[in-house]
Amino acid sequence: MSTTMSAATAGGGTPPRPGRARQGEVTQLRVLHSEWIKLRSLRSTFATLIVAVVALVGLGALFSGFVAGHWDHMTAREQAAFRPGMTSLRGYFLAQLAVGVLGVLVVSGEYATGMIRATFAAVPGRLPVLWAKAGLFAAVTWLLMTAGSLMAFLLGQALLSGRHLGASLGDPGEIRQVMGVGLYLTVVGLLGVALGALLRNTAGGIAAVFGLLLVVPVLAQALPASWGDHVDQWLPSTAGQSVMALHREAHTLAPWTGFAVFCGYAAVALAGAAVLLRRRDA
Amino acid sequence: MIEAHALTKRYGERTAVTELSFTVRPGVVTGFLGPNGAGKSTTMRMILGLDAPTSGWVRVNGKEYARHRAPLYEVGAMLEARAVHTGRSAYHHLLALAATTGIPRRRVEEVIDIVGLREVAHKRAGGFSLGMGQRLGIASALLGDPATLVLDEPVNGLDPEGIRWIRTLLKDLAAQGRTVLLSSHLMSEMALTAEHLVVIGRGRLMADMTVADFVKGAGGSVRVRTDEADRLRRLLAAPGVAVTSERSEVLEVTGLSSDRIGRTAADAGIALAELTPQQASLEEAFMEMTRDAVEYQAPVREREGQPA
Repeated sequence: MSTTMSAATAGGGTPPRPGRARQGEVTQLRVLHSEWIKLRSLRSTFATLIVAVVALVGLGALFSGFVAGHWDHMTAREQAAFRPGMTSLRGYFLAQLAVGVLGVLVVSGEYATGMIRATFAAVPGRLPVLWAKAGLFAAVTWLLMTAGSLMAFLLGQALLSGRHLGASLGDPGEIRQVMGVGLYLTVVGLLGVALGALLRNTAGGIAAVFGLLLVVPVLAQALPASWGDHVDQWLPSTAGQSVMALHREAHTLAPWTGFAVFCGYAAVALAGAAVLLRRRDA
Repeated sequence: MIEAHALTKRYGERTAVTELSFTVRPGVVTGFLGPNGAGKSTTMRMILGLDAPTSGWVRVNGKEYARHRAPLYEVGAMLEARAVHTGRSAYHHLLALAATTGIPRRRVEEVIDIVGLREVAHKRAGGFSLGMGQRLGIASALLGDPATLVLDEPVNGLDPEGIRWIRTLLKDLAAQGRTVLLSSHLMSEMALTAEHLVVIGRGRLMADMTVADFVKGAGGSVRVRTDEADRLRRLLAAPGVAVTSERSEVLEVTGLSSDRIGRTAADAGIALAELTPQQASLEEAFMEMTRDAVEYQAPVREREGQPA
């Protein structure tokens, strides 16, 4: 053992304090630093985020290239329905799987391995851990997915421009659409973090995220149209995706209203996770 | 210092820990002993604020664990199994824990050397053997150089060299004035490592005493082999001391410690060929004490023809 540890004697009123001076208070900033080390020291983080970017950019290029090559064979209706911006960004639908799964894993991975007990022993307040995980993951996802979205858009439009089909970032609403993809995916990630913390289980968390985003809208379609139209626009995925819509269609929320509703779902899930995190045994 | 008062934990219908009160003092290694399922891990999780007591309280260094602003500096913990993400290297695991409270990278390197994980520090913890995992757990407990250590089954899975290493380490830490609490379900291990014992069974306190008292209470015997057995036997004779002998040169002594017997023999110039405290009797005493408290027990069949 190190010789700096003084041989404090037992007995006195105060507990022995061998070793160096310490100001080691747990702060939100320090927990953030800790979570950053955790996030970047797992191979799965890089693998999953690369998959998300590749899906976003690759599928966008694939769809755009396909349209550019087949434009002459497309029906007039297909041509009329063609939206250059969304075609190049369509990869978000796949990217959300990767982002959602990673969001769940950021929390559930600690429960699955038992790491969570070491984490909560180090940060007994627990909530700083949730805020750090959510904030950090949101920042990383937003940065990468916004960059990916921009790349997908520029690459897709470059492929389409040979046919003079391409849109430009200067077109009305296009910047919102491109940014919207990054924002939507960020909130999908946050939803993943929250549901991972609520359910404390990887399989359950993933099922919950994609049940909410992919299955619930399909179920809503089973409702009579008079109801379904009203319900659908308030569902998390539909509301969230309205931020990417270039033109507002009937029975959809305005872009930022929809996005705010989507954020509301994530906020409620995070709040629920926070309450249970404090209350439950680790 | 760890103080538990009327600590109780219920999980639904099942009561894991009942009205447990004990104090773990600094300066000695305290063994937390009980059969599997006795409530040791539950109690340790409550000490660390991971599980909330149903009633009662437990304080570490004068405060509930969760109220410490710099917990890693107060209490170093090693929890059951491995509280480690399998995909992360030992180094990054420790670095992430250290970061929560501003422990410098230098200290992380230091504890890696203390526990002897230098060569595998950058390998994924998922590939670690049980013994390496235990060493990593001990490294994380030592990170903040804390005054109190709580270790759940630290010798589990260690090889003999590792067991000796941890025994020495824990005794050294206690000798520096720290509070050391370690759990085990093996009495023989505790007899060698701990000075004080807290024994529980089925979540209830069964004993809180020094190992020496426990041994005395257990009627632990000492086996002595010498050519001058008869002379030694006469010298040892005293109230409360029983000496039996099955072979002429071997004595079984109860009521005296091996130290006392050795000294008596030395004073009389008697050469001893063997002087062995019988650990088996210690294990038996523990089993006797916790017999009714063992949760899972193989049924013992009555031997045929034996009168009840």
